[in-house]
Amino acid sequence: MNLLYNEDQRLLADSAGEFLAARSPVSRQRALRDEAQAGGFDPQLWKDAVALGWSAIPFPENLGGLDFGCMGLGPIFESIGCNLSATPLLSSVVLSGSLLHLQGNAQQQDRWLSATISGERRLALALDEQPRHNPSRVALQAVANGDGYSLSGEKYFVIDGVGADAYLVAARTGMAGISLFLLPADAPGLSVIPLPLIDSRNHARLQLDQVQVGADALLGAAGSAMPALNVALDRGRVCLAAEMLGMSEKLFDMTLDYLKTRVQFDVAIGSFQALQHRAAQLYVDLALARSAVMAGLAALDDSSLSEVERQRLASLAKWKAGQTAIKVVNEAVQMHGGIGVTDELDVGLFLKRIRVAQACLGDADYHCERYGALELAHA
Amino acid sequence: MNAIDQFREQTRSWLEANCPPSQRKAIPEGEMVWGAREVEFPGTDAQLWFERMRDKGWFCPEWPAEYGGAGLSAEYNAVLESELRRLKCRPPQINLGIWMLGPVLLEFGTEEQKKTLLTPMTRGQVRWCQGFSEPNAGSDLASLKTSARDAGDHFVVDGSKIWTSYGDKSDWMYALVRTDAKASKHTGISLIVLDMKSPGVSVAPIDLISGKSAFCQVFFDAVKVPKSQLIGPLHGGWNLAKRLLQHERKAMSKFGEFSLPTHFHLLPLVKQYLPEATGQAESALVARAVATAMNEHSYNLTVQRMGETARAGQDVSGLMSIMKLVHTEQERDKFEVLLDVMGYHGLGWDKAAFSPQEQAITRGWLNSFALTISGGSSEVQLNVIAKRVLGLPDVK
Repeated sequence: MNLLYNEDQRLLADSAGEFLAARSPVSRQRALRDEAQAGGFDPQLWKDAVALGWSAIPFPENLGGLDFGCMGLGPIFESIGCNLSATPLLSSVVLSGSLLHLQGNAQQQDRWLSATISGERRLALALDEQPRHNPSRVALQAVANGDGYSLSGEKYFVIDGVGADAYLVAARTGMAGISLFLLPADAPGLSVIPLPLIDSRNHARLQLDQVQVGADALLGAAGSAMPALNVALDRGRVCLAAEMLGMSEKLFDMTLDYLKTRVQFDVAIGSFQALQHRAAQLYVDLALARSAVMAGLAALDDSSLSEVERQRLASLAKWKAGQTAIKVVNEAVQMHGGIGVTDELDVGLFLKRIRVAQACLGDADYHCERYGALELAHA
Repeated sequence: MNAIDQFREQTRSWLEANCPPSQRKAIPEGEMVWGAREVEFPGTDAQLWFERMRDKGWFCPEWPAEYGGAGLSAEYNAVLESELRRLKCRPPQINLGIWMLGPVLLEFGTEEQKKTLLTPMTRGQVRWCQGFSEPNAGSDLASLKTSARDAGDHFVVDGSKIWTSYGDKSDWMYALVRTDAKASKHTGISLIVLDMKSPGVSVAPIDLISGKSAFCQVFFDAVKVPKSQLIGPLHGGWNLAKRLLQHERKAMSKFGEFSLPTHFHLLPLVKQYLPEATGQAESALVARAVATAMNEHSYNLTVQRMGETARAGQDVSGLMSIMKLVHTEQERDKFEVLLDVMGYHGLGWDKAAFSPQEQAITRGWLNSFALTISGGSSEVQLNVIAKRVLGLPDVK
């Protein structure tokens, strides 16, 4: 397992960085917020990102992918973090696309995965039902009904849920396991309600009132979705970790600049040892977080690793990156002083996005528990 | 076959034939062989291995043959080192003189000094200790006060050194002394070497909170040191000290490479001592232990990433600057949480009532406090990161 990007991945980092800095800088996120755009992202930006091949990265060539490996998503998500860019890459491609790839049949892939990769369609994953992420607590029932199922219940925190073309809905058919159903947005009984969060992105709540689907809406066998969910969620978690790392590094640079230029008591405040040590400590955390994120990315592609090892490294990445991001952004606000709590300064936008990214797909406590359970079971 | 491959093959077969099997595993505490006037060997195999390597000149493979080295180029030495690692050979002897003072002597010593000081090192005949820190000069090393007064053909040394590892067992010391009290802090310092048997030298071992230690305090009462034992320029010792400290890192990593790991895996111990956490307090304790283990995992991955970065030819100075700080702070965190997990089992002092592992953990916890202080305290490490890596300004 290699913890450095290879040359192709470094080239991608450069091109993604340039593209987003030009097309979707932080000021653009501020404008999206102020315009209160329903989709939460710029559709033209997404079209152009698809044209650059981003949506094809993790998929094999026979399905229209680039077979570039999940590690190739790392530099893109780092740039997304650094520029605070909004795209449906996580929701539609990394989460839903992976699930279709891993769990969908040829017909489902033909209809939906190709369209996801080409950007013609956009999918969203409807998983959590409680305020804190935990896939094992999915309770929404899919009752067998004729030659199909009837789904009733609620889903929270559906990423990019408003305006998606279809939803992958996690549900239980009886007690056994978790199943995934593909529901088109226009399915009767399905309501999509915007759930505006502090990060001004697109989140939604779904209400399902006896939504009737055919057996062909089921991905794989009933009750069999957990292994695929684990893989897809781990991809999403590590990508979020990379996004948080990108945000943290950007914030640290901004804060370091401020420490060097802000003068109080006739000296740059960065000459005060109290602040120097805190800044040095953040540098340490960032270095450790980068190692954990790189290991998480590498683990996604490394077929020589056991399932447990991959899960452990994914949780480590999300845990370390999340914890570090919160520490860095909280310090960034404090070290900027009064201006740190104004809306004018970009730090506040990062603060809000980091908190949402932290809660998304499991916060630090969730991943600490998961890592511990995996370790203690095998220690 | 080219020359270097030939050398590798010869080295390999020589080591296979000459390194006794008992010398091909990690060294337990107390079995290290120290080059000295009177070498103590834990057994005949260790002595054989010592003598064979000495006679090859492989105590100091890169040093010139005229001082007893083997005169190997860096490339050949790398082959020798990799073959030693491959067979897991112990170092035949441990000697601060070779790892720290020797390279400085080669660079700055007079011809006479090289002959008289280097040759006994390559023969494993002298045990060296380091006289840097003083009771009032710790992190601020350059404020040292031990004086060397000019008395014609010799210096008269007065003062004291502290934290001198194995000061009580060493034959010679290299020491930083103040030769010009009026000059600024860094410019009045010189590097000298002295025989620990000189009249006026006395040594007192220091007990630590963890018990017996290798550390000593050394006292100098009007000790005569011939001027021929000044290394490098008079008042020019600070630059040599900085060079010596660069070698210290390498020496420490050699220690680490060959000694038995005193390393505890946290989570298996959690499983052993808290097999079934009951109640919120114990669940919270387990979560704290897991978080500590996750930080350690992140550190280990960072060590791996630093190695890969260095091999890729990229700058690792930033990563290097955090390693000592992170490792020692994490070690202490780990022991702290382990003590909570073990309860009374982690607090034993009486040897009969506690398992060797428990005793080792208790001592390891106490010792971990020394690690965040010695070799540049955590606060000094943070200063270094802030100033040299992050470029934060000095106070005006």
